[in-house]
Amino acid sequence: MMGGTSGLGDLDELYEAIILDHYRSPRNSAPVDDPDVDLEVNNPFCGDEFHIQLKVSDGSVSQVGINGRGCAISQASASLLAELVEGKSYAEVKAAVDSVRRLLKGEEVTEEEQDLLGDIEALGGVRKFPVRIKCALLSWVGLDDALTDHLKK
Amino acid sequence: MNGSENLIHTFDVEDVRADFPILNRKINGMNLVYLDNAATTQKPRHVIDALTRYYEETNANVHRGVHTLSVEATDAYELAREKVGGFINAPRPETVIWTRNTSESLNLVAATWAEEHVAKGDNIVITAMEHHSNIVPWQQLAMKKQAELRYIPAGKDGLLEMSNISKIIDSSTKIVSATHVSNVLGTVNPVDELTRRAHEVGAVMLVDAAQSVPHMPVDVQAMDVDFLCFSAHKMLGPTGIGVLYGKYDLLNDMSPFMFGGDMILEVTYEDAKWNDLPYKFEAGTPNIADAIATGAAVDYLNNLGMENVWRHEQELTAYALEQMSSLAGLKIIGPKDPTLRGGVISFMHDSIHPHDLGTGLDQLGIAIRTGHHCAMPLVRSYDVVAAARASFYIYNTKREIDELVNGISETAGYFAS
Repeated sequence: MMGGTSGLGDLDELYEAIILDHYRSPRNSAPVDDPDVDLEVNNPFCGDEFHIQLKVSDGSVSQVGINGRGCAISQASASLLAELVEGKSYAEVKAAVDSVRRLLKGEEVTEEEQDLLGDIEALGGVRKFPVRIKCALLSWVGLDDALTDHLKK
Repeated sequence: MNGSENLIHTFDVEDVRADFPILNRKINGMNLVYLDNAATTQKPRHVIDALTRYYEETNANVHRGVHTLSVEATDAYELAREKVGGFINAPRPETVIWTRNTSESLNLVAATWAEEHVAKGDNIVITAMEHHSNIVPWQQLAMKKQAELRYIPAGKDGLLEMSNISKIIDSSTKIVSATHVSNVLGTVNPVDELTRRAHEVGAVMLVDAAQSVPHMPVDVQAMDVDFLCFSAHKMLGPTGIGVLYGKYDLLNDMSPFMFGGDMILEVTYEDAKWNDLPYKFEAGTPNIADAIATGAAVDYLNNLGMENVWRHEQELTAYALEQMSSLAGLKIIGPKDPTLRGGVISFMHDSIHPHDLGTGLDQLGIAIRTGHHCAMPLVRSYDVVAAARASFYIYNTKREIDELVNGISETAGYFAS
């Protein structure tokens, strides 16, 4: 059953089909051997926890593995992130994180950014459910911090 | 303040519901089903009117002026203290101290009595099912004093493991602080047994009654507890006001918690003399209006009868446990036996994270709590990071529990592949 059939009302706006798909079948969730970036992110408010691992070479992300536990929004968001960053340069990843932040805050996102984000735009439904924005941002903020740290090394 | 004459005198849940204006609200187009009562309860018209009436007719500062309004405000404020004292059978009204909430009451005891009586090598005993507000003040104090913080463990059955309490509470124990009813598991703890053991070794007994005083008859003299803490907002009263009850001699020997107006008898440029109880602990202009409204909340509950309140919640809890246990994929934590618990049911669903469930139920107008319930160590001991919680009060009905159960099914169906 894919919503829309009951009193659950606006739930479909938050949980678009693409979100439920990523939640049920997370992408790039296998652990990475010998990762260059390896971090745990968590949101103590909800107890959501994700383990993010990256292999990086020549200024870009060559392999990514993200797994953890959390609500549908945080899991789908982490899966979308895992799908997006593979093969992207640091600059592209940074730009994507920035676009996602603005998308979730309801700020303007350019057409060029929309092209980069693709399916990730489905996360925008969270804007109507402000308490869930943190769920969607968790893995992105973690990745941003981890990359920033890695670049300093 | 007047106010009890128009109240109902028997317990009829539909009559009760009619007294709560907020129950007419629509949430996402649906009737509100409010099941987050362990977080805070809704307020009856009677309490809201008491607040308004105070500001419209009586507002003045207390214990200061000789003018009519100040006298009336003082009388109303002190009458509310007497009502609250009567509600828990406190031996005298000055053993009832107004605070901001349960947390402040607990902190007050930690910062005054415990600060003066706990020394290096002593221990403080709490339980594994405490709210953060009954853990962190003791952790901090134990660190500062180089004292030991001991826990009475909780079993997977949701009950305290009492078999070892004579070892855990020993001659070096200075204070035992335990929750009467767990805000996560609903467990009604054997505080009488803990109190007896605490007193055997000369320790004082503090009871966090935030989840019990609103729901069941509580008699501080029969319990023989030394301190008892609760909040008004969890028992129909306003936010921002709570109570510390303490035995007179203990309170009388304690140092003040805060300094300022009203808590002193005499001030010179060099020193000050503390006022008598209860004012020694009520520095500054108190929360007059909310104290008076708390008195109105007590009137309302007394008119229902706390035995009736408890019976109603026991019926709802038994019904909810029965209905919820028929749901596939649902796991309820806490005691299975409804007579061992209050109206708090925490649960997890195999295929839905509590926050997704909470959002789904909110679409149906059903308000529950999700998360760690300010009891992270306990929730984690069940190997989960978050749980959903439904908690009941006087205005809840079996029909609402049916709506909860249907709502969980419906939301589970939505997320099922």
